[in-house]
Amino acid sequence: MGGSVPFAFQDNAEVARRFPDLHPAFDSNQALTEANRCLNCFDAPCAAACPTHIDVPRFIKKISTQNLMGSALTILDANILGASCSRVCPVDVLCEGACVMLRYNKQPIAIGRLQRHAMDHFWQRGARLPKKSTRKRSQKIVCIGAGPASLACAAELAQEGFSVTVIEQRALPGGLNTYGVAEYKLRPPDSLREVAMIAELGVEFRFGVSIQDESDLAALEQEYDAIFIGIGLGATQKLRIPGAEHNVNVIDALEFIARYKTASNLTVGNNVVVVGAGNTAIDAANAARRLGAAHVTIVYRRTESDMPAFGFEYEHAKQEGVGFEWLAQPVAIHADPASGRIVSLECSRMGSNFQLPCDMLIPAIGQTPLSLLERCHGPKYYSGGDCTNGGREVVDAVADGKRAGVAIAKSFEAAYA
Amino acid sequence: MPDVSTTFAGIRCPNPFWLASAPPTNCGEQVMRAFDAGWGGAVWKTIGEPITNVSSRYSSIDWNGQRMLGLNNIELISDRPIETNLREIAEVKKRYPKHAVIASLMVESTREAWQDIVQRSEDTGADGLELNFGCPHGMSERGMGSAVGQVPEYTEMITSWVKEKARTPVLVKLTPNITDIRQIARAAKRAGADGLSAINTINSITGIDLDTLEPRPNVDGLSSHGGYCGPAVKPIALNMVHQLQNDEASRLPTSGIGGIGTWRDAAEFILLGCGTVQVCTAVMHYGYRVIEDLIDGLQNWMGEKGFASIEDFRALSAPKVTDWNHLNLNFKIVARIHAEKCIGCELCYIACWDGAHQCIHLDNAHSTPPAIEAVSRARISVTPIPKLDRGVPSGAPPARVPRVDEDECVGCNLCALVCPVDGCITMERIENHLPRKTWEDLVNGTPHS
Repeated sequence: MGGSVPFAFQDNAEVARRFPDLHPAFDSNQALTEANRCLNCFDAPCAAACPTHIDVPRFIKKISTQNLMGSALTILDANILGASCSRVCPVDVLCEGACVMLRYNKQPIAIGRLQRHAMDHFWQRGARLPKKSTRKRSQKIVCIGAGPASLACAAELAQEGFSVTVIEQRALPGGLNTYGVAEYKLRPPDSLREVAMIAELGVEFRFGVSIQDESDLAALEQEYDAIFIGIGLGATQKLRIPGAEHNVNVIDALEFIARYKTASNLTVGNNVVVVGAGNTAIDAANAARRLGAAHVTIVYRRTESDMPAFGFEYEHAKQEGVGFEWLAQPVAIHADPASGRIVSLECSRMGSNFQLPCDMLIPAIGQTPLSLLERCHGPKYYSGGDCTNGGREVVDAVADGKRAGVAIAKSFEAAYA
Repeated sequence: MPDVSTTFAGIRCPNPFWLASAPPTNCGEQVMRAFDAGWGGAVWKTIGEPITNVSSRYSSIDWNGQRMLGLNNIELISDRPIETNLREIAEVKKRYPKHAVIASLMVESTREAWQDIVQRSEDTGADGLELNFGCPHGMSERGMGSAVGQVPEYTEMITSWVKEKARTPVLVKLTPNITDIRQIARAAKRAGADGLSAINTINSITGIDLDTLEPRPNVDGLSSHGGYCGPAVKPIALNMVHQLQNDEASRLPTSGIGGIGTWRDAAEFILLGCGTVQVCTAVMHYGYRVIEDLIDGLQNWMGEKGFASIEDFRALSAPKVTDWNHLNLNFKIVARIHAEKCIGCELCYIACWDGAHQCIHLDNAHSTPPAIEAVSRARISVTPIPKLDRGVPSGAPPARVPRVDEDECVGCNLCALVCPVDGCITMERIENHLPRKTWEDLVNGTPHS
């Protein structure tokens, strides 16, 4: 890749071994064949379905002509995180779900994997992100949080020549791309090298800085001409049942995922119970299996058809050997009094209770919104990503961030008009 | 079961599928394996004074991920001694008396040389002779091959020398690298040729390596124009075959050559008048085994159509190719889009707007393509999340079936050609109650009744 990653991260070979790519890279002949299958629709539904409106037929046709650099730049023009999106997007409900091939009883074009093919080439060639303007702009913008929304906003503004600073309370940038995406979709080194390209645009990163209250915000308002809030959502909600005070072998899903991905902590129980059936719950359950848990059970209070996880994620979890308990309402956590360690989760199904043996309990029942946004008032503030859209996908955050970046740039133009 | 055996210019063969004179007919061992596989005849790799070949020799055009849409070669005639070739022909003929073995010949342009090789070839028991006046590379620079086939006088002279001597049918193989192929065919016919083989390969440069800037096929950094063949050349060959069949002074039994890889291709050549067909590229790509479907497919089609023999359908389509002047100007068709088959790719829309007559529309405003795209790009799309989107209408894209303005449609076929779904766009006749009228009628002022 171009330049070294300016972020200290120690790759872990054991994690890489346990989480090989779910969708391996195409080789060039596979990519060519798949690219040639694309019909090159006019006003293509795949591009319309993409929150960042990547011109999908255009980048695919460029793969078919072996113009891979042009293909990557087509992707990046719409979506600065095109590399990570190619791996983490739920393409079944986005571009590939809109592919006209589905109306023709044919496999949709493997848009995600083709996008990855082009972006891998971009990295292998050591290419840099292009600037959109050679003008040097006087305004300074700060983005709070270094997740996809802020990165997209920062990149857009840096490409236009503005001075941009990204503030992040954690040690590494990338947000959920680095800390929260299942390892077999996107590994931290790949997330970080994508951020490194944005840093090469001149974006300044400050880590370990937390913005908490009005005084922090006031200081930022003093220094910056615009402030983008891309802080995502807060911690996983706590279970509110008897025994919830035990915390020895309880870990919230996002923390569990971040721990194996970025802290080389591969600790896992043997009887793991995950509460909740969203996409994060699935990621945590699959990870527990791959880290060596013999039994992993997802407990969900409603039915299979109500589960919020995408259908393809559910299918994947079944293949990983995850068990499911439907219509199971957790009612109590039982711990060993001596050690304080949880030994079972008591659940209720239609009035009758049962015990699930449990030596690691992973709540995954949704994140709590953060309150910072409520304290942001005035024309300098913009926001996007999970903290405003309620928690969608990386690509939605990128779309939000880019739109905010365009709007911020435009606001300065208007001021001088 | 329809009978595919045939007699072509006096040469009997179990089916009309011959191997063209080319690498697949280099030696007796190959030809015998080909006959075992089911081929009806073989035109031997051209015999003459042995030459020295280069390496490499071939290059090809790939298209949309498919290999060898077109193949180019700079190989010359046989590099084996004349005696070896003739001995092997005799052996094959002895073992396979019912199969057609044709000796392809190319020697220096003297009566003695030609009459000598004719005598020696016929002594092998070969069923006929094919005069290679078509090879476009290498040999032509030595005054042979297409250097003969591009000059009617030379063609007539050498053919007549051969005919003075020959007792078996003589086929003249024609080069397409000429303005009017009929000029050469007429010369061959005047000299008494018994049949024609058309077409030989087309002069070509297949491409240039964009890393090294060297053309293909690469011989130590250089290349040379070669002979182009394979599926890409079929339409050119069909037209030339038709020109020959449509011209009284050229018309002779014709062995069709050029991009024949399937039974469908073969049927088309025969429908335009060919008596046999010759195949090379398909065999070089997949081997002799392609003969199975060539025969099987042709027989099945003949059965469905009620044709009992090759002669039953030979040349049936030839009268249906005519001069533009004779086409009915009052014939009117329009495109119909069958909504239930439409998958919404909108390729017909953009093809009609940018490549035809702007008569397919996506809305009632007749919006231009840029306006349509701008609307899509301005739309806010989000990932559908059931938990967050309760009560929000489904994000499933609506059916996008374009609409044809039949009053404006000129019936050009383009939309139906680009549509990826079989039968989704059909071209349908509009009854306008106008009499048949051709350009010729307009010029002469004599409309048909």
